[in-house]
Amino acid sequence: MSQINLHIPEVSIREIRIGSITGFQGGAQELVSGSRCGLKDKTRSFSQCLGCATSKAACMTILVQDAAVISHGPVGCASCLHEFAFTYRVNSPLRGVDHPTPRKIFSTNLVETDTVYGGGQKLAASIREVYERTSPSVIFVLTTCAAGIIGDDVESICDEAEEEMGLPVVAIFCEGFRSKVWTTGFDAAYHGIARKLIKPARQKRSDTINVINFWGGDVFSDWFAPFGAKPNFITPYSTLESLSYSSEAIATVQACPTLGSYLGAALEQEFGVPEIKAAPPYGIAQTDRWFRALGQLLGKQDVAERVIEEKKLKYMPQIEALREKLRGKTAYVTAGAAHGHALLSVLGELGLEARGAAIFHHDPVYDNGYEESDLLAQGVKEYGDVPNFNVCNKQEFELVNVLNRLRPDLLLARHGGMTLWGAKLGIPALLIGDEHYSMGYEGLVRYGERIVETLENDEFVKNLERHAVNPYTKWWLNQEPHAFLGGRGK
Amino acid sequence: MSKSGIIEQERYTCAIGALQSVVAIPRAVPILHAGPGCGDMIAGFFERSTGYAGGSTAPCTNFSEQEVVFGGIDRLREIITNTYKVLDTDLQVILTGCTAGIVGDDVESLAEEFQAEGKPIVAIETAGFKCNNFEAHSLVVNAIIDQYVAGFEADNPARDEKNTVNLLASIPYQDPFWKGNLNEYKRLLAGIGLKAQVLFGPQSEGVAEWQRIPRANFNILVSPWYGLPIAEHLEEKYDQPYTQFLHIPIGANQTERFLRQVLAFANEQGAKLDEAAAEAFIRRESEAYYEEIDNLATFLLEFRYGLPNHVHILHDAGYVLGFSKFLLHEVGIVPKEQFVVDNTPPAFQEAIRAELKTTSQKRDIPLFFEPDAGQAQAQLRALHHEGRGIIIGSGWDKELAKDKDYDFLSAAVPSPYRLVMTTNYAGFSGGLRAIEDIYDAVLATYR
Repeated sequence: MSQINLHIPEVSIREIRIGSITGFQGGAQELVSGSRCGLKDKTRSFSQCLGCATSKAACMTILVQDAAVISHGPVGCASCLHEFAFTYRVNSPLRGVDHPTPRKIFSTNLVETDTVYGGGQKLAASIREVYERTSPSVIFVLTTCAAGIIGDDVESICDEAEEEMGLPVVAIFCEGFRSKVWTTGFDAAYHGIARKLIKPARQKRSDTINVINFWGGDVFSDWFAPFGAKPNFITPYSTLESLSYSSEAIATVQACPTLGSYLGAALEQEFGVPEIKAAPPYGIAQTDRWFRALGQLLGKQDVAERVIEEKKLKYMPQIEALREKLRGKTAYVTAGAAHGHALLSVLGELGLEARGAAIFHHDPVYDNGYEESDLLAQGVKEYGDVPNFNVCNKQEFELVNVLNRLRPDLLLARHGGMTLWGAKLGIPALLIGDEHYSMGYEGLVRYGERIVETLENDEFVKNLERHAVNPYTKWWLNQEPHAFLGGRGK
Repeated sequence: MSKSGIIEQERYTCAIGALQSVVAIPRAVPILHAGPGCGDMIAGFFERSTGYAGGSTAPCTNFSEQEVVFGGIDRLREIITNTYKVLDTDLQVILTGCTAGIVGDDVESLAEEFQAEGKPIVAIETAGFKCNNFEAHSLVVNAIIDQYVAGFEADNPARDEKNTVNLLASIPYQDPFWKGNLNEYKRLLAGIGLKAQVLFGPQSEGVAEWQRIPRANFNILVSPWYGLPIAEHLEEKYDQPYTQFLHIPIGANQTERFLRQVLAFANEQGAKLDEAAAEAFIRRESEAYYEEIDNLATFLLEFRYGLPNHVHILHDAGYVLGFSKFLLHEVGIVPKEQFVVDNTPPAFQEAIRAELKTTSQKRDIPLFFEPDAGQAQAQLRALHHEGRGIIIGSGWDKELAKDKDYDFLSAAVPSPYRLVMTTNYAGFSGGLRAIEDIYDAVLATYR
């Protein structure tokens, strides 16, 4: 049954909506099988800093070209958002934005008296001031723990402001404490966007395909061209206009279903834009499936077959050469859910042995409900089980313990802070932020070459290993890595 | 100020940001009793600020709905108990976030349970809505003094060492040059005969140095306002007087004035500093400094392709004062409108204005206290001065500088555009480094 309900202001959190978990230890196959019959989450009796929903909601709204964003909370809740101003500026050439404008990022700066008397009036005044100062096309208001607990009626305040000023003012409920799965913040942003901004289609555009993604390089324009289509990237670098009429696209594809699960499903279920059900194109088998699914949806199966054939011809010799170089190497992966699964497929395809993985959370199913969207399930089928598969929301202490035991040849990470411990243990570590980088046949070549380079240039990590500072106790490093998972610590 | 109290382009963070003051103490660990994103937000604000056990290493209760409803003390007890098993640390400091603050968890009583077992643990309420990190830094330091240092008083009699001082200056990480600055202050003070306990960073001796805080004869506060509650607290608790220098001393004039102020104060307090030797040290440092300025002057006077003639600074009050004086007198760049973006409490603003006035007999430097840095930028965008200008500010100001066709030096947080490790702007050498950085930025525009 669909969990998309655009009639209520707040998105239902992932744990409830799709049964997501943040604690698991076992094999990938076991997790995939378990996902079909309900997973039980485990908690930890020791934990380190997580991420939270608000910054995830922030990145999906701040990067909308003509938006302003207000964090309704104390200043701290907006303090890392300057990173997205940097991202917007630096990556703008990748998306053809020639004159990136400064990002408009505000905090209502809640103070102690606001927690007593409420911050509602302050928020209303803030929305008005932001409107006067920046004349944006849309204002997003992000909630925070403090605003949530004191109970400001953010929805009504935004609705009133919208009426008064005549532009969309979108309340996004992304208080950190609501969910242990910080990607709930993406859902929260998309929920607000789908409720308030996306409009019914005026016409269908058979040449436009929505791509729900972050801010990586554009591989899609080239890929869609033979099908006579072009990408409509959402939500980073979109505009209010392109976002509002994403309903007119012929289809939606996702770069990362962990990111786009909710928006993809909302576009399909509420606005009639079909989603490509195949999981994203990482690894050869999945790339072929993905192109075929695309061809089928567009009624251009012949084009899909031709594209696949051309790509095989062009890239298989390079992929074979990389497999030769990488055979027998071992690797460990730590990343967000779907992209972690993607990296495991890439490893499998390139012939490396995955010794294990620490994946930040696990979605047993995505909002679209399609089993074929589950890249982990496809990967296990294609490349075999992954042992030491740990669902672990960036708990560094577990990662350090596991890496110290497994000592793989290579650590692959996506998300800051995680490569450090590979390097401190003398394990070459590679982080590629651009999730499009390893997609498709050409992605396998690009990524494989980076792996070869990383393995080759290990002098830095070997030197760092000799001088690494380690705050972890010997006792801890001698415990089972999951000693604190699923109950009381010993 | 904005009408609504809104802040655009934050240059500081909330109270829990003072967890970085804990990270700056060697082998100390912050334990967050807070929502799941607080640590991440602070790490993202300061960047490259993990230290020994901050960032992804810092333990956190990661408040969920359950703790919001039922309180999180039991969860915190569990996390602390296991912190001792997992991490090897000398000092543990519990900091609360908004969630714990609103719910009202009694963290101090919990800390006392562990203190009773002899654990070196401290608890502080740093709910984000309570104050900002400039203020919370003092809360953290004073809490460590009361809950940790106080336990070592028997071995550390108050004001026992006449030539030892506690230095209260740069706030770790909020001042991107804190590490280098503390190092330079320590070196300079040693030069006039004082042993400075800098408390933070590799030049401190970690918790052992904190334990000796009472021994200092007096305290030196280098700050326009933040950190003052620490000096006042130490005065009350250990009878240690303090001498305050209102801003970071950059370059020769202010560094000499700073050292002479400290020298005079030290001897008033019964330190036995050799004044002649101290003056000889100051002279040597100054001569070495002016050898460089002398050598540089031709470039400053003759470089014909264009150098900045005026400056706007967006920074905390200490840097605005320090840079304005230094750039006018020792580099020849005229300070125009200046913006203090640290949310200086009104009570201190007059003294800061008065201090800036002493910069020059013949010119007025317009000064604005504007925590809403977006507003400060709007004001700057509308200004026009003849000649080439430079903006000294945070990463936020790079786009502004580009739009105004100004040179730009990143010298404040947050700044994704610059790496700082051990660079200092304080002292004689700090002045020279600032000159290098400014003209490196200027010359890099010629290609």
